[in-house]
Amino acid sequence: MTERELLSTSGQEIVFVLVGLVVLGAAVLCVTTRHLVHAALWLVVALGGLAVEYLLLTAEFVAWVQVLIYLGSVVVLLLFGLMLTRAPIGPSPDADSGNRPVALAVALASAACLVTLVVDAFRTTWIDLETPHGRSEALGDSLFRAWVLPFEALSVLLLAALIGAIALSRARRARAGVAANGGGR
Amino acid sequence: MHLVYPAVLSSLLFCVGVYGVLARRNAILVLMSVELMLAAVSLNLVAFDVWLRDEIHSGQVFTLFLIALAAAEIGVGLAIVLLVYRERGTSAVDRLRALADREGNEPDGNEPDRDGPAPGPGGAASRETTTT
Repeated sequence: MTERELLSTSGQEIVFVLVGLVVLGAAVLCVTTRHLVHAALWLVVALGGLAVEYLLLTAEFVAWVQVLIYLGSVVVLLLFGLMLTRAPIGPSPDADSGNRPVALAVALASAACLVTLVVDAFRTTWIDLETPHGRSEALGDSLFRAWVLPFEALSVLLLAALIGAIALSRARRARAGVAANGGGR
Repeated sequence: MHLVYPAVLSSLLFCVGVYGVLARRNAILVLMSVELMLAAVSLNLVAFDVWLRDEIHSGQVFTLFLIALAAAEIGVGLAIVLLVYRERGTSAVDRLRALADREGNEPDGNEPDRDGPAPGPGGAASRETTTT
């Protein structure tokens, strides 16, 4: 590698910065818009842009998992939640609570801290993107060899979360049944 | 690629998520902001994994686990939010003050009058003992 400067831009970096600006803008709109459904759609844009960033970092498997799970199921689940809580279609004026200036101050302070720290720490480090590092074959290999026990534990956790969600959704009927039975628990 | 770009992007995204968690009122929008924070952490993990060339791909495997955990978290969180909405009729997080630690804090107007008709299991049991 020849010598590189701080802002010597390659094509990948330019695309990364452009997509990163889109992601940041969509994220800011997601947390500031007053339309509740629009917030979910801006979240789609932000997470899809993040999938593009993963592709640029040669992590293709993570990128497609991100598209499948985040965009495919999590956002749909959020939209269902918005509809089931009867979110208004138009702009809702009380989308933000009263502590908005405090939140803005905290976010700006932490952003300043983190950005200065990160820039100072990683000023001279470079990622080698010539050989891709996130191919599905290699990732599946390490996932089912080195990480197989956490993987199985995670499947148990997903099952527990599923059962927990079902139990929470049925809690009211169960308690009504208990009250009707006269506390037969 | 310079490592600063993904690191700065993920920190900015995390701070946007922090703002959303602190400033939003609707509980589902708070969950969305939590998703943004998790996504920022995922980007950090992937960038550092590609930088360090880890042999067992720790960062990317952690990202996969994190995505699955986010799915589980959003499932349970939405179940809780829907339950609260059915019980209290609102999903605004600053109106749910039943557990607020304030002296002389009377329950607000959104508190449904459940004290009379639904006394809970203990009350029902005591009522049954009195009737029998």
